[in-house]
Amino acid sequence: MKGVKHKILVLSGKGGVGKSTFSAQLAHGLAADDTKQVALLDIDICGPSIPKMMGLEGEQVHQSGSGWSPVYVEENLGVMSVGFLLSSPDDAVIWRGPKKNGLIKQFLRDVDWGEVDYLIVDTPPGTSDEHLSIMQYLGATHIDGAVIITTPQEVALQDVRKEINFCHKVKLPVIGVVENMSGFICPKCKNESEIFPPTTGGAEMMCKNLNVSFLGKVPLDPQIGKSCDNGQSFLSEVPESPATSSYKNIIQRIQDYCGLHQSQEK
Amino acid sequence: MAEESVAVLPPHDCPGTSSAQAGKAAACQGCPNQRLCASAGAAGPDPALEEIQAKMKGVKHKILVLSGKGGVGKSTFSAQLAHGLAADDTKQVALLDIDICGPSIPKMMGLEGEQVHQSGSGWSPVYVEENLGVMSVGFLLSSPDDAVIWRGPKKNGLIKQFLRDVDWGEVDYLIVDTPPGTSDEHLSIMQYLGATHIDGAVIITTPQEVALQDVRKEINFCHKVKLPVIGVVENMSGFICPKCKNESEIFPPTTGGAEMMCKNLNVSFLGKVPLDPQIGKSCDNGQSFLSEVPESPATSSYKNIIQRIQDYCGLHQSQEK
Repeated sequence: MKGVKHKILVLSGKGGVGKSTFSAQLAHGLAADDTKQVALLDIDICGPSIPKMMGLEGEQVHQSGSGWSPVYVEENLGVMSVGFLLSSPDDAVIWRGPKKNGLIKQFLRDVDWGEVDYLIVDTPPGTSDEHLSIMQYLGATHIDGAVIITTPQEVALQDVRKEINFCHKVKLPVIGVVENMSGFICPKCKNESEIFPPTTGGAEMMCKNLNVSFLGKVPLDPQIGKSCDNGQSFLSEVPESPATSSYKNIIQRIQDYCGLHQSQEK
Repeated sequence: MAEESVAVLPPHDCPGTSSAQAGKAAACQGCPNQRLCASAGAAGPDPALEEIQAKMKGVKHKILVLSGKGGVGKSTFSAQLAHGLAADDTKQVALLDIDICGPSIPKMMGLEGEQVHQSGSGWSPVYVEENLGVMSVGFLLSSPDDAVIWRGPKKNGLIKQFLRDVDWGEVDYLIVDTPPGTSDEHLSIMQYLGATHIDGAVIITTPQEVALQDVRKEINFCHKVKLPVIGVVENMSGFICPKCKNESEIFPPTTGGAEMMCKNLNVSFLGKVPLDPQIGKSCDNGQSFLSEVPESPATSSYKNIIQRIQDYCGLHQSQEK
């Protein structure tokens, strides 16, 4: 990890809030600067979404003397996921914790990332083996922090508070919280609907109460789901969407945070 | 002994019931399970399996609610299924939440802050209605914000306790709500309940391919562990603008959605449930969406699906009697 300047974990207590979607856009956003080398590591062993979202389905991992080669989307954007190790995308990876931990260790030890400016780690929902292991293996290196994803409703926030609680317990700084699916604008009449009503004030209120940074809201845009299914960068495909400007603002804030907190590994 | 006490989580440093240190670690002192853990060696079958089988004799139908994907509405569906089945007050319904890291069921059922009482006959479920009992790790936490940061073996131990120690009584339907994935919790529930009759799994998805990809893995899991698939429910299947009634596909079914997937995989498609913001509101407020918003198209969708599940269970009678 000595060659990795910044490490960002993307977490959520809750499933289906847009961690992988956000990780993919964050990777594309950071790699838009072609002087930066970006690495995206997917440690969701049971439900690895990153290969599809990055348009890399069917790709394989090649091994050489220097280790496992990441799969490159662009020259400056490399990806690793268990998805690349499956014979078929429908194959279930039915592993208990210890086996998952072993693969995560291999990803960190054997993948030849080279010199990297940003390593983004996409995680499954929860506070279990994968999360403990990534902290166990990376804990001695400098991790800039965690970006926590949520949706506005209290059922989601409840799980996200647990995740923030986890970060405090393992001394992982919280860069901030992103509220996804923050409202939907009807393409016909432009009326805004709150599909997941923020009955307790949404992420903004939660962040105030817990004294963590609120990074921003991203509205629902059906083109996000479409881009992900088609393995394209939503930021590039739909630059005019309000969701794109939201993502870009949030990505900028994350870059600023990393800039302020330089890695001590050099 | 009629003495009651409140059930709490295993000791902080519990090594896990399947660990080599089970019952022997310093943290095991004083734990009610210490003797059991210490006596269970590497040799011999887990005595809990027989105890669970005995406990499950009073349960007519068991339904697992699964999804490879997170956030598609498993717990939301489990809650509505429980309310829907319990609407018939001649039926006894039990809802078991085995999502240890993100237990949503207590909030959704309006049971936040409730505790689990223990007696000689075991742990008491928390009752929403006389005929609807619930169990979740959520009831064992000091605070709803407490993170349960456990590795697999410890989670497995709690799931075993839920099945062995909860005094459900005679039950018509046991619904098991699960976390996303195909890992410890899923393997454990199959390991512990596998010798009893499980009617099948209801699999929840949303329409987009990224979700379906994970759901195919879940169906693959079901085949591998010989768990029948009752069918697939497609949630978040479209949103009708309350102002102009235009329908939008928020999660576009770029590959034909769940219906196409079910055709391809030869599994039953149980139905679609549209997005209704009042679903989220009811869940946050711990109310039954079916009762609160009976006129919603989502309510009729849920009710049709619940009826199909009941019909399936009726056709495939439990052999445990």
